[in-house]
Amino acid sequence: MGRYVVRRLLQMIPVFAGATLLIFLMVNVMGDPIAGLCGDRQCDPATAARLRAEFGLDQPVWQQYLTYMGNVFTGDFGTAFNGQEVTELMGTAFPVTLRLTLVAIAFETVIGITLGVVTGLRRGRPVDTGVLLVTLVVISVPTFVTGLLLQLLLGVSWAWIRPSVSTGAPLGELIVPGLVLASVSLAYVVRLTRASLAENRRSDYVRTAVAKGLPRRRVVTRHLLRNSLIPVVTFIGADVGFLMGGAIVTERIFNIHGVGYQLYQGILRQSTQTVVGFVTVLVLVFLVCNLVVDLLYAVLDPRIRYA
Amino acid sequence: MRGATHARWAAGAVAAILVAAACGGGDSVGGAGAVLSSSWGDPQNPLEPADTNEVQGGKVLSMIFRGLKRYHPATGAAEDMLAEKIDTSNSRTFTVTVKDGWTFSNGEKVTAKSFVDAWNYAASLRNNQKNAYFFRLVEGYDRTHPEDGSKQSADTLSGLKVTGERTFTVRLTQTFSAFPDILGYPAFAPLPRAFFDDHDAWIAKPVGNGPYTVRSYVRGSQMSLRTWDGYPGPDKPRNGGVDLKVYTDNNTAYTDLMAGNLDLVDDVPAAQLKNVRSDLGDRYLNTPAGIIQTLAFPYYDKSWNKAGSDKVRKGLSMAIDRKQITETIFRGTRTPATDWTSPVLGEDGGYRAGLCGEFCHYDPGRAKQLVAEGGGLPGGQVKITYNADTGSHKQWVDAVCHSINNALGNDRACVGSPVGTFADFRKRMTDKKMSGPFRAGWQMDYPLIENFLAPLYYTNASSNDGKWSDERFDDLVDRANRETDTARAVGLFQQAEQVVRDTMAAIPLWYQNGSAGWSDRLSGVRLNPFSVPVYDEIRVG
Repeated sequence: MGRYVVRRLLQMIPVFAGATLLIFLMVNVMGDPIAGLCGDRQCDPATAARLRAEFGLDQPVWQQYLTYMGNVFTGDFGTAFNGQEVTELMGTAFPVTLRLTLVAIAFETVIGITLGVVTGLRRGRPVDTGVLLVTLVVISVPTFVTGLLLQLLLGVSWAWIRPSVSTGAPLGELIVPGLVLASVSLAYVVRLTRASLAENRRSDYVRTAVAKGLPRRRVVTRHLLRNSLIPVVTFIGADVGFLMGGAIVTERIFNIHGVGYQLYQGILRQSTQTVVGFVTVLVLVFLVCNLVVDLLYAVLDPRIRYA
Repeated sequence: MRGATHARWAAGAVAAILVAAACGGGDSVGGAGAVLSSSWGDPQNPLEPADTNEVQGGKVLSMIFRGLKRYHPATGAAEDMLAEKIDTSNSRTFTVTVKDGWTFSNGEKVTAKSFVDAWNYAASLRNNQKNAYFFRLVEGYDRTHPEDGSKQSADTLSGLKVTGERTFTVRLTQTFSAFPDILGYPAFAPLPRAFFDDHDAWIAKPVGNGPYTVRSYVRGSQMSLRTWDGYPGPDKPRNGGVDLKVYTDNNTAYTDLMAGNLDLVDDVPAAQLKNVRSDLGDRYLNTPAGIIQTLAFPYYDKSWNKAGSDKVRKGLSMAIDRKQITETIFRGTRTPATDWTSPVLGEDGGYRAGLCGEFCHYDPGRAKQLVAEGGGLPGGQVKITYNADTGSHKQWVDAVCHSINNALGNDRACVGSPVGTFADFRKRMTDKKMSGPFRAGWQMDYPLIENFLAPLYYTNASSNDGKWSDERFDDLVDRANRETDTARAVGLFQQAEQVVRDTMAAIPLWYQNGSAGWSDRLSGVRLNPFSVPVYDEIRVG
């Protein structure tokens, strides 16, 4: 187990280096960010040159990358164009997005798995057909439509919620945005759980358990569900990373000042430091999530052993 | 030692917040003490006066600073604010007298030195101030801010001299009679010592001499401004303060206004324009702002700068149905342009409707004829370059092309050519890589006709992105700047504008309006010529 984790951690290093290099190059390809800082006017050449030197943009790209990575390892993620430290931006943005992601994951797990179990055990019944139909609709409607619709209905027409999230982004205000963010994944979790459950119901160990005369509840929770959840856990685990980075649309609709907002702002202003910094952290989150998912396999399925 | 100072600072800040909170106890009651909330965008730069060159940062500066002059919210006329008088005998050396009795909100007196220090800071290359070039006419600028980026040989402008507690002199490198009138631009604001002594703390919570003070500032999300009771100026706020909230998307701000969570939006999204009247009734405003949109041309490209090119440009101009585009796409939030300035200048200020004449009039037949006379479109097709990331430019560029194609009877006469980001778009201009007409927007810095012409068409001026150059124009602008009589100066500028027209240096498209919508709690809302709400006049409740 320990050796396995160490091996996995070592594997992360090339993935991490490659991903950050790619992002760094991509942001660089977009062109000279200083040119956009002076509005509809040419920056005076002397100031532009000084700004370039200050942000290290006057050096060759490879050197910029090495300097940047060197700084990252000492915890210095650089400064955004508005003079704020990127670490400061992260300090405000990540807690907000993390809360939003947790709300979304909670919805996915609780509602998604429950509905999946219900439909999986009642295949072909009206409940099953109904839920399947709803998930189909949710999957096919883009997030921004669901988001704007819920915002208008709940926020303006019925005035149940605030249409936008306030600065502090308290948990209560994140429930609807979290639901919107989770909606598509939630539908997939339902379908995944249902399919997995339906397949395993016919397996030998379930028949044995039933034949032993175990109560139905125990058969479902201990035997059936535990084995059926493996693909679902993979999906949800990978989704944590995906939701954290992919909340741009939801964050924009509900005016949440999280990671998506900072990334959007950073891309618009071509702030290499902001974009690379945030994506670097997201890459790390993704890698760690993947590792945790793989370790969870062993917990769920005793046959899987990591040497 | 450092730690101790910080702790004292923090204690002071906490005390200040507590006091402010105690004073602002009646926030929700309404009346003179009530606070309104207003939409905002994250400022692109730190909120230093000489480093802020866009409207969102400018919004805050207009609340926490007052300069020597202030532009009248309705007429745009430059009126004395902190200036008691600005004397000159030759339009080159100016003696400024600062009014007595003004202080910064931290109690420090506003003196001649507050101005001179601020201006020296702005003009010094090492401070990276993006508005430094506003001081380029002051003597000594070439030494504090060498053009080639070499080491500066002076820290202060030799043209600025403090001559008394409230007087200082400014010596320019050339005569510029309108100099006093540009002093309302935020870059010319005075700065307190706190700005220089503890710069980081000042940036975190700016202190100025305007009618509002910053109570708290969470960067990237909200700034709470409160009325400063000790404000000595005549434009005392009629409300208790303003909470500026950052919105990533102006649609969300509009939704928040509809839901009653926000009092004022100063940018009604294009998608909502068709129902804004039914949503808000007369709580919606659509007034001219000092912004003009034009199509500029790359004069460094031979095919756009040869004999007869002006006819092609005039033909293109006449092929654009401005009226239809402004009505259908912008729903009346823009007005077809008939000169190269803006209606906010007023007739006396140099705006002259119809100066463009027939060339800004839609006439497909004549358009086709002119383009043919001028030798046809270079390469058989024009590509209008624009940046696709902001401002929904794609819609109108496509409409303009559609109009040109129809007029010229050629489906391939005009296509839009999007560039991914604004920075890249600017970069191509700087590198002279434009191959055809491109979007050029201009938002005035100060309401003077000079600002609509000199920066855009003077040889090698900072926003002359097409590198257009004409000796007659340069000469007329020089003469106008020397002219001490305002009316005569304006006349000369208009003559210069006629040179722009005769060669169709840039095609004027439309004047942009500012728009605002507000909740029923507010009254007295209006926008100044810079399309920023006049916050001090707004009443709550």
